[in-house]
Amino acid sequence: MSALLEVQALEAFYGRTKALHGVSFSMVKGGITTILGANGAGKTTTLRAISRMVRTTGTISFEGQPLDRRATEDVVQLGIAHAPEGRGTFVHLTVEENLRLGAWARRERGSLTEDFERVFGYFPVLRERKRQAAGTLSGGEQQMLAVARALMLRPRLLLLDEPSLGLAPLVVREIFRILRTINQTGVSILLVEQNAALALDLADHVFLLETGRVVMDGPSDVLRKDDAIRRAYLGY
Amino acid sequence: MSASRLPRIVGLLALLTGACTLPFVLSNFRLFQFSQVYVYAIAILGLNMLTGYNGQFSLGHGAFYAVGAYVSAIMMDRWNVPYGWTIPVAGVLCLVIGFLFGLPALRLEGLYLALATFSLALAVPQILKYFEHWTGGSQGIVLSKPNAPWGLPLSPDQWLYVFTLAVLVVLFALARNLLMGRTGRAIVAIRDNAIAAQAMGVNTALYKSLTFGVSAAYTGVAGGLSAIVIAFVAPDAFNVFLSITFLTGIVIGGLASISGALFGALFIQFVPNWAQDISKAAPWAIYGVFLIGFMYVMPFGIAGAVRLALARLGRRGTAARA
Amino acid sequence: MDIFIQQVVSGLATGGIYASLALALVMIYQATDVVNFAQGELAMFATYICWSLINAGMPYWGAFLSTLAIAFVGGIVIERVVIRPVENAPILSIVIVTLGLLVICNSVAGWIWTYVQKPFPSPFPAKPFKIDNIVFGAHDLGQIEVTLLVLLCIYLFFRFTPLGLAMRAAAHNPVSSRLVGIRVGWMLALGWGLAAVFGAVAGMMVAPVLTLEPNLMGGVQIYAFAAATLGGFTSPGGAVLGGFIVGVVENLVGTYVSFIGTELKFTVALAMILVVLLVKPTGLFGSTVVKRV
Repeated sequence: MSALLEVQALEAFYGRTKALHGVSFSMVKGGITTILGANGAGKTTTLRAISRMVRTTGTISFEGQPLDRRATEDVVQLGIAHAPEGRGTFVHLTVEENLRLGAWARRERGSLTEDFERVFGYFPVLRERKRQAAGTLSGGEQQMLAVARALMLRPRLLLLDEPSLGLAPLVVREIFRILRTINQTGVSILLVEQNAALALDLADHVFLLETGRVVMDGPSDVLRKDDAIRRAYLGY
Repeated sequence: MSASRLPRIVGLLALLTGACTLPFVLSNFRLFQFSQVYVYAIAILGLNMLTGYNGQFSLGHGAFYAVGAYVSAIMMDRWNVPYGWTIPVAGVLCLVIGFLFGLPALRLEGLYLALATFSLALAVPQILKYFEHWTGGSQGIVLSKPNAPWGLPLSPDQWLYVFTLAVLVVLFALARNLLMGRTGRAIVAIRDNAIAAQAMGVNTALYKSLTFGVSAAYTGVAGGLSAIVIAFVAPDAFNVFLSITFLTGIVIGGLASISGALFGALFIQFVPNWAQDISKAAPWAIYGVFLIGFMYVMPFGIAGAVRLALARLGRRGTAARA
Repeated sequence: MDIFIQQVVSGLATGGIYASLALALVMIYQATDVVNFAQGELAMFATYICWSLINAGMPYWGAFLSTLAIAFVGGIVIERVVIRPVENAPILSIVIVTLGLLVICNSVAGWIWTYVQKPFPSPFPAKPFKIDNIVFGAHDLGQIEVTLLVLLCIYLFFRFTPLGLAMRAAAHNPVSSRLVGIRVGWMLALGWGLAAVFGAVAGMMVAPVLTLEPNLMGGVQIYAFAAATLGGFTSPGGAVLGGFIVGVVENLVGTYVSFIGTELKFTVALAMILVVLLVKPTGLFGSTVVKRV
């Protein structure tokens, strides 16, 4: 199986503070990998590093192409969509405009009808709220919008940062169910989550970050089933 | 602590000694220019207290400068008050006016305060011309340069140089005390995060208004001094460009910096002259190039650049010692 | 009543000019938090370019459109070359750079074209219109039409084109914009280009009335500030409406309030700014930015 994403010896810096100390991992095409860890462990930073939003050293390659020297906008054009921490919705723009912007980077723009139908298929509530200002949506709806916007890119890799944050459990479960469906259409997902149970349920691979270092890397089954390891790392 | 303070004290004393020798070395005209520099420095320090340290944008400090200047001029011209006494009066009056202005200003943030003060600055020349009976209208008020007191063998320009230097030293020392102590920390805290400051018990409304008052007082004193040094006041000298010049002074000199006020004053006094030397046809274009150039090279002002350079030297020093 | 309508129309004409310049100011402010002090001078410079083109023999509308194109490119170039190096500097430092631009523009214009006032042609007939007993200046009406046309085009551009959407997004949320692949820097440059176009329109419309000289836009810029303050610096639509309101109020006050002659009309603008700031600083349509602590 070919590696979709390969990260080696990644160090990330905020100013002069080092947030990642030599992180290495890889993802296979079509998989769902989740990054777990406590607050401040460097999960969001890892996603930001891939999207080239922080200064890094080390190598990142996507489908064999190196990303380290590219700008965020180029990474998007390569087919990586990032739904950031806090959703990053354009609150003053309508739901439809938000979705349109998701497709901005696609060169062969053409008609977006098919894409709209697809995302409305996943998230029917967005069709109802098409013309509403995105800022008036509930938290759950905004998270759906964030994922939908990312999907408008027809990405090959979806970076998701804490989609469960601040949402009711029912809504979260719905979103995760849809994520599984999306993955089955061939979109690889790299998921950052604090809700370890849900994430382990969805993902096939997991790695654990602790203060900027990878302390565990393996199939999610292992972590889910082995009580000792799970208790040691996740406390439950 | 004393190890790092000694070089600073020595440096300041050296600077002061140098400044005191200038009257015996420079021509009267140059001394006049340097007196202007000291006057501007006091005005700019006033503005810096409000904008640099406290984060309130004022594009209207020319108004306080004008008030100080006219108060001084009117007192000297009409009531024959000795020039020395006009300075504290100008200061106190501006302190009160500034404080009173600071109260409604509490409701305005950033851009909006800048707009309000900008409008006031625009209105100043008109208001001055309107109250002709007091201000002498468009003609202004002509004064005479005072002679050196106590029969000192100094020309008026030499004496005024010493006078303004003395006032500068006193006011800068006072400012340093104010800004480096508890009050200064409160003022800066309000700039950085007013809500947090309030949550920690700082009476933001009081401090902001007081800072406005003190800032206005400094600029008013500078205005009064300028009336004495130039021996003339007229409305058109106090237009909005004066306020913009002060703003230029604090940014070029360095926000939130006392030494920055002096750098800024040197810039606004001498660079326009250099610009004219370089190009008679479009001097202001050269000045504009200087402004932009300075901001490219030193976006945090001259004082900011000095601080950066000293920090780098300090780091290299510790690395060498280690 | 006739005079009232005449003055209102006349006020709308000048208001359109204020609206154009105010829109330019607000566009850049919304995207960058910087008030471009040089906007008026750039507009004046563009107007001089138009004058030169007309003097070289170009017909008016050809020169007008060419000037708009030149202003557009000029705005982009200025943003990429002059502003970009300091885009991450403190706001006041960027303001000083715009001040530098202001004095450079003013000075270079005076150097190239001298400070002698030059007449600037109006493309509209000199003969006034007459409906019933009300007299309308053709230039006034033409001015209103041109302004409205430009504003309409811009509205359609922002509302219905992908590029317009991207520009709105970039001004509103640069971080998320980068995450969808929008090159925010270039969107900013386009914004400056469009702002320069609005400024140029304002300059070319007002020059026939005030005569062309380097200090042409000084007073207009103050009124534009009043317009943007009234309408709200965070609302382009508000700034436009503010411009028309300021124009009408200025004219009506000048006509009906006796002690306000032509000099004190200026003070009306200042008074408006101060009243708005005391009552509702964010203007009629502006919104306060709620920041999380």
